[in-house]
Amino acid sequence: MAKEKKGVILEHISKIYQDPKTGKDFYAVKDTSLEITPGSFVTLLGPSGCGKTTTLRMIAGFESPDEGEIYLGGEPINALTPNKRDTAMVFQSYALLPHYNIFDNVAYGLKLRKMDKATIKEKVTRILKLVGLEGMESRMTNQLSGGQQQRVALARALVLEPGVLLFDEPLSNLDAKLRVTMRTEIRRIQQEAGITAIYVTHDQSEAMALSDQIIIMEKGVVAQIGSPQEIYYHPASEFVADFIGEANFLKGNLSAKDGNGGIVTVEGHKVPVVGVSELPEGKECTLVLRPESAVLADSGVLPCKVIVSCFMGSYQNYHVMVGDTLVKITDYNPRNKKIYAVGDTAWVAFEKENIHVL
Amino acid sequence: MATRQSAALDRKKLLADPIMVTTIVVLITFLTLFILYPLAVLLVDSVYGKETGLTMDIFKRIFAMKSFRTAITNTLKVGFAVGIFSTILGLLFAYVEVYVKVHSKFMGGLFQVVSMLPVVSPPFVLSLSMIMLFGKAGIITRYLLKIYDNSVYGFWGITIVQTLTFFPVCYMMLKGLLKNIDPSLEEAARDMGASRFRVFADVTWPLILPGLGNAFLVTFIESIADFANPMIIGGSYDTLATTIYLQITGAYDKEGAAAMAVVLLAITLAMYLVQKYILEAKTAATLTGKASRARMLIEDKSVTVPLTIVCSLIALFVIMMYICVPFGALFNTWGYDFSLTTKWFVRVFEKYKGFKAFRDSFLLSLASAPITALLSMIISYLVVKRKFKAKGFIEFVSMLAMAVPGTVLGIGYIRGFVNGVFGTGFLSGIYGSAAILIIVFVVRSLPTGTRSGISALRQIDKSIEESAYDMGADSFRVFMTVTLPLIKDSFLSGLVTAFVRSITAISAIILLVTPQFLLITVQINEFAEKGSYGIACAFATILIVITYGSVLLMNLFIKYFGTSRKLKEVD
Repeated sequence: MAKEKKGVILEHISKIYQDPKTGKDFYAVKDTSLEITPGSFVTLLGPSGCGKTTTLRMIAGFESPDEGEIYLGGEPINALTPNKRDTAMVFQSYALLPHYNIFDNVAYGLKLRKMDKATIKEKVTRILKLVGLEGMESRMTNQLSGGQQQRVALARALVLEPGVLLFDEPLSNLDAKLRVTMRTEIRRIQQEAGITAIYVTHDQSEAMALSDQIIIMEKGVVAQIGSPQEIYYHPASEFVADFIGEANFLKGNLSAKDGNGGIVTVEGHKVPVVGVSELPEGKECTLVLRPESAVLADSGVLPCKVIVSCFMGSYQNYHVMVGDTLVKITDYNPRNKKIYAVGDTAWVAFEKENIHVL
Repeated sequence: MATRQSAALDRKKLLADPIMVTTIVVLITFLTLFILYPLAVLLVDSVYGKETGLTMDIFKRIFAMKSFRTAITNTLKVGFAVGIFSTILGLLFAYVEVYVKVHSKFMGGLFQVVSMLPVVSPPFVLSLSMIMLFGKAGIITRYLLKIYDNSVYGFWGITIVQTLTFFPVCYMMLKGLLKNIDPSLEEAARDMGASRFRVFADVTWPLILPGLGNAFLVTFIESIADFANPMIIGGSYDTLATTIYLQITGAYDKEGAAAMAVVLLAITLAMYLVQKYILEAKTAATLTGKASRARMLIEDKSVTVPLTIVCSLIALFVIMMYICVPFGALFNTWGYDFSLTTKWFVRVFEKYKGFKAFRDSFLLSLASAPITALLSMIISYLVVKRKFKAKGFIEFVSMLAMAVPGTVLGIGYIRGFVNGVFGTGFLSGIYGSAAILIIVFVVRSLPTGTRSGISALRQIDKSIEESAYDMGADSFRVFMTVTLPLIKDSFLSGLVTAFVRSITAISAIILLVTPQFLLITVQINEFAEKGSYGIACAFATILIVITYGSVLLMNLFIKYFGTSRKLKEVD
């Protein structure tokens, strides 16, 4: 549906703010370079204050970068005002115009583009159908539920057929169930419309469900860029591993190495690993083990002592001590398995492919 | 260099928006020319003579005048007393409204009337009624108490009248403050064993202390700047505002008046700065956020009954004073012959060009109101929603007008525009014309409008305007299609407030009006000074009818066409 899918390139972008308390300058975004391919769905993910919203607002034009240049569809857009940029934004608070009804809200941008009435009507009707709001054109925004307001906000942005669609934590004001439904909807609509989308969120499951690519940001700097799978299974740092999903970190030493494979010694026990071709032998390293990638068994890789054992329905939740390191384990469908009690000794068992070495 | 690329980009973005740039330039020119420039001229006038060069002689001369030194002490004495009394009265009313359970609807009505009065009443109505009730021929002094030589003129006259005029301002300010105190703070103290008095002394009082200081200074400034009341009820007790007026209209001493105006301005400005930058910040710091839930009102009869009685009596007294004026216009001879007559109104219209006064006042105010309302909305929009370099300047200067007494502004305009800007003849045409009167009205009402506009705009989520901007609207369109419709109520009330303030204004205008214009307020002042209270009351009655009428009209209009109800349902 988009007239033209556009890519976005950020070239060494920085934004400096002044701390209102100390008066000191600090980088909200520092030397960030990105390339977003046309038609892809990219998520900026990170904790609050990581610079993701600032980055989005620089792309929209509300903030001006202090260093670097932003390109939209190959054109530099640094000096363009938001109204002149081929972007459309869906706001966290929806930001619907409260004095207009649904139709007028969606038609607002089209009217500004001086389209004739018939075209506007046709476009608005089509887009409202796409977001599932047909027949509600004359409702006022305050007669809508949160989810419906969200759809209006989306329709209003989509109808402009922008080169890139920007989302600023659009689902954070919805309840948990609706969030799940809406994120599926957003993904479906983006695919149908075939539009480039940049999405800001701090919710990792939202990012996983939606994105072709996830960009994780930490303190104004890009920590990792990759597909959801890459980021989940091959996190580039402890920060990324911890932020996306839950992770256990086991400190160890690469005691033996054979090409890609090797042995890491953790708390005096040997753990076979793969993917260490870059690391030199004898190097200190950290093993990342996802709680669902390991189980408790009577024999395995690492001996441990159970300190928490908690039935959660679909899984059994264990906290065990491997030497001085706490390891969390979620064992799914525990019904027909042995359940370990607090105080039991056991083994942590996992395949070497499930270990990621940092 | 590269680190401040954003500033350059922001400037570029701003320049890409010609309507916005034009607006800002026009605004800055307007504010500089009609607020800063006249004040600067006063300063220059008072330290620089053509023959003498830079000199302090003028200041030396005016400070050598005993009458001037007395005027300063008089002004400060009155201001101090009025500040204290108004704050106490305001606190009493606010406390009763927020903390005490009052059963009757009648009381609610009284409180509302009292809070509305300062907005809609001409400045000297209370002085007139004070004289008519307590003066030599006063109904109360002469007929009820049989005192035949009571003098209401002087310190106490001014103090009482100003207190009654200004305490509703304190009441409104403190009401907002008390409502923001979280009741659980006081409940916690009570729970730990404090008596009701101790709760007030240990919790409530420290919390509202900066707010009280704020209220005190605001009334202090109002009192010092007030011209009309001291003029009518001051008698020989001159304040700075009246002294300056007499210096220029009586002694034709323009340099002296300019220097005196500088002194008056320095006093109000200093207080304004303390109030705005120290006390307001403190008030905001001690009272953050909203009360978490409703307060348990005090129902103890030993508290409610006396407080209710005291407040009702004061409120009734104030209302009686206002009612007194129309009656003054209907009695044959006040104080001697209480038969009803229409002769004063007839005389106003037949002999004293009442219709022309009515028309001139009405039209000039009508012309200034939309300009003021629009200007203040534009300023608020720029201040709240946009960021650009000159923003601080625009905000500061438009608020500064609040600290400039009308008399000072009037003198500044005379000195600044009689021979044109800097004596070049540029804009000298506006002196004596309707334009300068309208400009004065605009400048005088601008701070109130801007303040209410700013608080209205702060309620609106910034992203609503951003979304319109993002969808392709330029600043002008955003303002017209989003901002203005959303603050329609505030705009409308700004319109009426500006109109009412203009039509009841006197302090600056009395210095600038030329014989070709007749203004109601100037007429009232003239006849009240001559002692023709019947005529003055008739004029004042007409004025009250106009102002009340327009406020009622506005309320009706907002009720049926306003946006507020719809918006309120949203949150």
